[in-house]
Amino acid sequence: CALAWVYGVSRHRRGAPTGSTSNWIRGQSSLAQQPLHTARKPRKGEHKWAAVVGLEIHAQISSNSKLFSGSQVCFAAPPNSLVSFFDASLPGTLPVLNRRCVEAAVMTGLALNCHINKKSLFDRKHYFYADLPAGYQITQQRLPIAVNGSLTYGICVGKRQSQVTTRTVRVKQIQLEQDSGKSLHDDLRSQTLVDLNRAEGQLRVDANVSVHHPGEPLGVRTEVKNLNSIRFLAKAIDYEIQRQIKELENGGEILNETRSFDYKLGCTVPMRDKEGKQDYRFMPEPNLPPLLLYDATSLPAGADSQQVINIDQIRERLPELPSVTRERLVQQYEMLPEHSFTLLNEVGLLEFFQNVIKETRAEPKKVTSWVLNTFLGYLKQQNLAVRESPVTASALAELLDLLDSKAISSSAAKQVFEELWKHEGKTPTQIVSEKKLELMQDQEALEQLCHSVMQGHPQVVMDVKKGNPRAINRLIGLVRKATLSRADPAVIKAILEKQLSCH
Amino acid sequence: MLGRTLREVSAALKQGQITPIELCQKCFSLIKKTKFLNAYITVTEEVALKQAEESEKRYKNGQSLGDLDGIPIAVKDNFSTSGIETTCASNMLKGYVPPYNATVVQKLLDQGALLMGKTNLDEFAMGALGSDTGGSTRNPAAHCGLVGVKPSYGLVSRHGLIPLVNSMDVPGILTRYVDDAAIVLGILAGHDPKDSTTVQDPVKPFMLPSLTDVSKLCIGIPKEYLVPELSSEVRSLWSKAADLFESEGAKVIDVSLPHTSYSIVCYHVLCTSEVASNMARFDGLEYGHRCDIDVSTEAMYAATRREGFNDVVRGRILSGNFFLLKENYENYFIKAQKVRRLIANDFVNVFNSGVDVLLTPTTLSEAVPYLEFIKEDNRTRSAQDDIFTQAVNMAGLPAVSIPVALSDQGLPIGLQFIGRAFCDQQLLTIAKWFEKQVQFPVTQLQEFVDDCSSILENEKLASFSLKQ
Repeated sequence: CALAWVYGVSRHRRGAPTGSTSNWIRGQSSLAQQPLHTARKPRKGEHKWAAVVGLEIHAQISSNSKLFSGSQVCFAAPPNSLVSFFDASLPGTLPVLNRRCVEAAVMTGLALNCHINKKSLFDRKHYFYADLPAGYQITQQRLPIAVNGSLTYGICVGKRQSQVTTRTVRVKQIQLEQDSGKSLHDDLRSQTLVDLNRAEGQLRVDANVSVHHPGEPLGVRTEVKNLNSIRFLAKAIDYEIQRQIKELENGGEILNETRSFDYKLGCTVPMRDKEGKQDYRFMPEPNLPPLLLYDATSLPAGADSQQVINIDQIRERLPELPSVTRERLVQQYEMLPEHSFTLLNEVGLLEFFQNVIKETRAEPKKVTSWVLNTFLGYLKQQNLAVRESPVTASALAELLDLLDSKAISSSAAKQVFEELWKHEGKTPTQIVSEKKLELMQDQEALEQLCHSVMQGHPQVVMDVKKGNPRAINRLIGLVRKATLSRADPAVIKAILEKQLSCH
Repeated sequence: MLGRTLREVSAALKQGQITPIELCQKCFSLIKKTKFLNAYITVTEEVALKQAEESEKRYKNGQSLGDLDGIPIAVKDNFSTSGIETTCASNMLKGYVPPYNATVVQKLLDQGALLMGKTNLDEFAMGALGSDTGGSTRNPAAHCGLVGVKPSYGLVSRHGLIPLVNSMDVPGILTRYVDDAAIVLGILAGHDPKDSTTVQDPVKPFMLPSLTDVSKLCIGIPKEYLVPELSSEVRSLWSKAADLFESEGAKVIDVSLPHTSYSIVCYHVLCTSEVASNMARFDGLEYGHRCDIDVSTEAMYAATRREGFNDVVRGRILSGNFFLLKENYENYFIKAQKVRRLIANDFVNVFNSGVDVLLTPTTLSEAVPYLEFIKEDNRTRSAQDDIFTQAVNMAGLPAVSIPVALSDQGLPIGLQFIGRAFCDQQLLTIAKWFEKQVQFPVTQLQEFVDDCSSILENEKLASFSLKQ
């Protein structure tokens, strides 16, 4: 798996202050200039704090086999069924570097604007733990594969979180690292069960947090370990910043310690068994020579392409990066930036969207609206992933075509969608036909209906003539009911107005 | 038959003068008779006999696999052997039965060799009798009158060799004749995808030419190796050997390896550091010895490792961890790596000045009697015994010990040749020439066995054990 160091800048706090009068500043490393005439003496208890957050992200590489052994990687395999001799650290086994993992690390480095180190080294990091059979982990501490990158991201700001502003975060380094096993603690039997297939979760984050007054040196940092979801990561960091500020304002001090996040209580707590600082006794990994990467200029003549990795070739094979995709979506489909974020943040949604676009005549804005509101809404309600959707892109495209050609009204379309979601195998056209949802196209019939409704409700007609603005809507509503919602309200309104003006 | 060269035995097998099963049984008979020497930890009679049967079939059909088909071999007990207990002579791995063969073991078996058993060693190969890593192939060879070959680092796969010092370990070959060692080396050498430190260049089995003219050779004699502790007998033999080369027309010159005196300490720092790391996996969880304590994982680790390792091993682990601590790393480990580079460069410089091989003693003296041996502690003994051999491991060079003569006490003495990196063939060619000149007496096994029997009658030695 790979690991990235990401250093963020001061966090912007959302929500109301919780009793403390401290404020944070948001913004980058350069502070906003305060014009003199608005400066005032800080009141007692009111200090400006800046928080610094560094993330250590453990991400598992998607590959068929592991980083150093030939073992397969397979989701939800039975415990200890995918363990090679090397994974079990049998004596005499040696690590062999997996090419695909190196390529993945290079791709990640390039996508994050890093400098790729043409030479990187492997080290052993020693500690004893049940899920670490060798007593050490192979990592890249001295010279990792990629350094000095950055990531530009968007964040929703504004009163209604509707505006997107861009920020940049530094990526200190990316290193290749061996995954550990997985421990399951059985407190009832005082046992720990170890599964050496691989570690839990595809993403684990450790957050390093400190606070300080701007202009002063950075504060002591704490490390909050093993956060598994973005949501809890945010909560943990928020809590930890608050905790540190409170502690310091009360005259206390922050210990350089490791903490874990208690999900139930929503707070960080010190980790019991991390007493004293760990000395990992780093040592070069003697069984792995330095990792050498090449590019077009440095590639040795006649080099076997199976044996070498060419950074330039990998760069060419990089897929379109998200920021480029988002920009393209905004330009091509005239959608709002926040829409482009949503489309990309949901797995499979962009592909779904693009498939609908391909198959429908309806204009892109309509597609965007249907996909992001109706479709996504239904998914979220039932906690489904895009790939689990009962409604296919083709089906939605067909539905939108019907809407576009005014064969059905928009409320009818919503009904059809609901039916589609039941996944009974019917096409939109079939549903429309079965449920008689077609828009009444017959102008004459519609005019007759309007006429008869007006005749049947003279009081309402009077209200309209008196100038009651809501009365016309009642009439429209009555006509719609009479048509079993199969008429376009705009058309009804036009007919009624015409007929009313004639009387 | 048991004293012949590999090729002679192989020819005899081909011609049907002897069968693999007969050969196998002769060996086992000798093994039984010499059991008191405790040379074997595990004797694999069933396995070997089965392999012998298969070999016999092949010979009958005229389909022998090569020079090693039907030849009995023994493998040191720190090589992983599938289905056969592998202990490294340590309590820690008592009862450990690996599920795979070391690459070198597999290569020998693929050639039809018969595995007689797993031989004894000092616990995890850490005693003065040697480490594969500082001379434990050449040392015993010198003491026992055998040829001991240490190939270039990176030539032979370490996959399955339970490591002591990964950056210095090399599988070593012990035979009676240089030709035999060359045959085996030819089979073992070559890139192994399972060992990333093996070189990629293709290697083919080599035949050693019979050198007749040494006049184009340049032999280097490192002057720093003339130490006061060198026994007069060894010194004399070393001098005679140099004279021999000179008299046959070779150029023999004094050379200098200036950093020799730092070698032992440097070796000690790097060796213990890597050892501490390599021993970290022995925690009783996955394989091997596990103590009875189950109060907590840490308590289990501690007790398992105290019970599983002897004090030499534990001492080295503690030293190694000390050198790897953050506050010591720069001053010890990094410094030692730098000194190692200097030592390696010493050899490079000498070889660049036109020297083909270096000629040195292998050991300070003949084998020291047991009672004498145990007077000094392990560290001192290691330092003394490895003095001529371990710099070679640090530089990754090939070296070979050739038996030269018997001492006044009747014990063998050997001399060492050190070659350029990956010039193993040239090294062995020169060694073979030297071997022919020296004509070291072949061990007369029958006499030896008779001697042993008479010793056995003496009750004292019934409980004799070389295992520390």
